[in-house]
Amino acid sequence: MSSDRLDVRKTYKLLINGAFPRSESGRTYEVIAANGAFLGNVARASRKDLREAVVAARAAQPKWQAATAYNRGQVLYRMAEMIESRRDEFAFHVAQSEQHNDRDAQLIVSAAIDRVVWYAGWTDKIAQVLGGTNPVAGPFFNFSIPTPTGVIGVIAPQESSLLGFVSCVAPPLAAGNAVVVVSSTTRPIPSLLLGEVTATADVPGGVLNILSGEVAELGPVLAQHEDVDGVDLTGAGDLAPTLAADASGSIKRVFRATTADHDWAVDPGTRRLRAFVETSTVWHTVGQ
Amino acid sequence: MVSLPLRSQHAPEIGGADITFAPPARPSLLGSEAELRVALGGLSGVDAVGANARVAALGTRSLKQGTKRALLDLAISMIDLTTLEGMDTPGKVRSLCTKALRPDPSDPSVPHVAAVCVYPDLVEMARNFLGDAPVAVASVATAFPSGRASLNVKLADVREAVAAGANEIDMVIDRGAFLTGKLGLVYDEIVAVKEACGSAHLKVILETGELVTLDNVRRASWLSMLAGADFIKTSTGKVPVAATPPVVLVMLEAVRDFAEETGVVVGVKAAGGIRSAKDALKYLVLVNETAGSAWLTPDLYRFGASSLLNDLLMQRAKQRDGHYVRSDRFSGD
Repeated sequence: MSSDRLDVRKTYKLLINGAFPRSESGRTYEVIAANGAFLGNVARASRKDLREAVVAARAAQPKWQAATAYNRGQVLYRMAEMIESRRDEFAFHVAQSEQHNDRDAQLIVSAAIDRVVWYAGWTDKIAQVLGGTNPVAGPFFNFSIPTPTGVIGVIAPQESSLLGFVSCVAPPLAAGNAVVVVSSTTRPIPSLLLGEVTATADVPGGVLNILSGEVAELGPVLAQHEDVDGVDLTGAGDLAPTLAADASGSIKRVFRATTADHDWAVDPGTRRLRAFVETSTVWHTVGQ
Repeated sequence: MVSLPLRSQHAPEIGGADITFAPPARPSLLGSEAELRVALGGLSGVDAVGANARVAALGTRSLKQGTKRALLDLAISMIDLTTLEGMDTPGKVRSLCTKALRPDPSDPSVPHVAAVCVYPDLVEMARNFLGDAPVAVASVATAFPSGRASLNVKLADVREAVAAGANEIDMVIDRGAFLTGKLGLVYDEIVAVKEACGSAHLKVILETGELVTLDNVRRASWLSMLAGADFIKTSTGKVPVAATPPVVLVMLEAVRDFAEETGVVVGVKAAGGIRSAKDALKYLVLVNETAGSAWLTPDLYRFGASSLLNDLLMQRAKQRDGHYVRSDRFSGD
């Protein structure tokens, strides 16, 4: 390749409502790796971008909830397929972002794919595990079913740019929620790449919205937004207590990660699946 | 400035507090269709590229927070809260009227809207619900939305609506006649409807989505104003292309020029497709920069809308509370 060829550099953009806009504010920021290497320019989302994302998520959520559990599982599995087919690209960016060698990066991508498949399998099992029939003293058939909480805001983990990201995003999606996620501020590229993948994985527009930017700027807007039903503060760090307090104003569900939750390699269990479902109980008359 | 064969009028007085809708001595073209064609033919063509550029430039104007707050309230007070569905029921009209009077029950500082807009058979019901509150009842008439009926039927439609208590009549022009060049027919029809309106204000719907070009919008605006319109209105909301900023720009220019030419001040109503507070504020900037601040009043500028009101209320609550609010805090239609 001749050296006088122009560099074609990619600016990573946001994912809002199935489209890839630059920030409404026009702002971008440079992503610099820990070793000082320049990794790329990414859009820096504003609170208005966040507002648009919440509007999109709210509009998309009922249809995602109404989709069959089987269908949601297929869509999530498709997402895993898409990551698999681009695993080298993901591994390259994970290696750069998190300063791993190639082999470790490949392992992380494999774990991320497996994590998505794991949650894809959960979509049609949540109801059996979290729901059930209840014994009641009366002529009623009484049963409880888990229903999605609604629109969930996620502050993605700052360190684990891909595995941690999918581990936070996939469970609320599997349960039928729409998600607005703020990527790792310093390591956003793998998640933005994942956004590009989801657009070709049949994830309906608006169900998953990905914003890169500052947690200090976007976090409070997300936590205070009345139309967000729950927040996952895994990546909020020191801001988590303030954001949890912000979220209380509109009585949101709040998920706070423990130190153990930040070990992304271990079996995640159902904790995150349970975090953003509501239980609906139906009393149905029998024998009359 | 276009040259029109009009009776001379006193100098226009725009900007005064006491603007009247329609002075009794409205100029009219008493001549033939040929004369009308000459008059409207004298209008200069619209530079569509320029209109789009102008709209785009004004759309980027930033508004300071205090201005934004004032404009949100102004926009609410300019709304013709509308329900024009075949499935309208008394219950729907009742809830519409309730919302018109008190858009946000939790905040009495929110102004009431300008009017409710319903089909003629629901006018009486709406008037009864509203009582003598300062919210007008507007009724579409003249075989809305197509306008495809005989003149007698249209006039009967108007008279019934007025008799039932409508303060404002939204008529549709005969687009077929306009597009085939039968300007006299369109003109005469508006004159007849205006007469049938009596004391009710007449809004003339141009249905700009069907007029195809901005030149036609300008001609239809002038034609309607010459024939006696108190308001010119973009659309019925029943065709895919409704109010767009360039169309409203052209109409605002028309009312401005008409006022300069004749001293008669005509209002503009943008209807159809305006759903966000952001768009509404852009329209208000357009009004201020085109027609002038005198038009920034519910007497001279209206939004025909239903879902817009909730977005205005949401943005208003955002300004007040400092965080975004959920849409279901406000009642649906």
